[in-house]
Amino acid sequence: MKLLFFHLSPEADMKQPPLITVQVQEDNFDVGLLQAGLLAGSSDEGAIATFTGYVRRDNDSRTVETLELEHYPGMTEASIMEIARQAAARWPLLAVAIVHRVGVLHPGEQIVWVGVASSHREAAFSACECIMDFLKTQAPFWKKEQGAGQEHWVSARHIDSKRAARWQTDSIE
Amino acid sequence: MLKVLFFARVREQLGCASLELLFPETGLDLDGLQQQLCDEHGEGWCDVLRQDNMIRAVNQVVVTGNTTLSDGDEVAFFPPVTGG
Repeated sequence: MKLLFFHLSPEADMKQPPLITVQVQEDNFDVGLLQAGLLAGSSDEGAIATFTGYVRRDNDSRTVETLELEHYPGMTEASIMEIARQAAARWPLLAVAIVHRVGVLHPGEQIVWVGVASSHREAAFSACECIMDFLKTQAPFWKKEQGAGQEHWVSARHIDSKRAARWQTDSIE
Repeated sequence: MLKVLFFARVREQLGCASLELLFPETGLDLDGLQQQLCDEHGEGWCDVLRQDNMIRAVNQVVVTGNTTLSDGDEVAFFPPVTGG
């Protein structure tokens, strides 16, 4: 699960390191406040790309009543921070903020938010998607679904590994 | 001491979230630790820890293959991750 694929871009080398914040929490979050936080203290942003993930009601044709998220305190935060740092080494980013919830969640609730600020949209879009792809395949979180009186640990999906592997080539910039 | 942690499905299958072991004077590696857990807890634990796709981390960094352990290390066993 080591990240070996990022190369330093010349722009990223010359600029100040981006502000990176990582939060793992039980509480819900306000995407408006988070996005405003990305802009705080700088006027260089030309673009912010964000992703919000929600709990689905139907997953692989099972009805989900609750989704419980477990994590590895310490390692989870460090792993997400490393993913963000690697993205910042590949694209010229100004700020990155990542929030991931743990505990018991219900369909329709927000699980995860990734926000990336950059001077231009290309870097913001790509870094946001790349961070999500690696968050899904590398950060130690585990989902357990409960519904119709049954419990079920969610299996890792091959498609997620394939999506993350795309970033190891230079075909996406 | 060695601290050993188990997460998610692995934790439930073993009925154990964490345990502590005295670090042997003769030294220990990750495969040796796994064997010791098997020997002490029985075949049920062996089967769980030998599962395909088991991920092992030492001091919160995932390791592939075997590695030498040191007194005070934190070792974790967990299934493939499913966050996001």
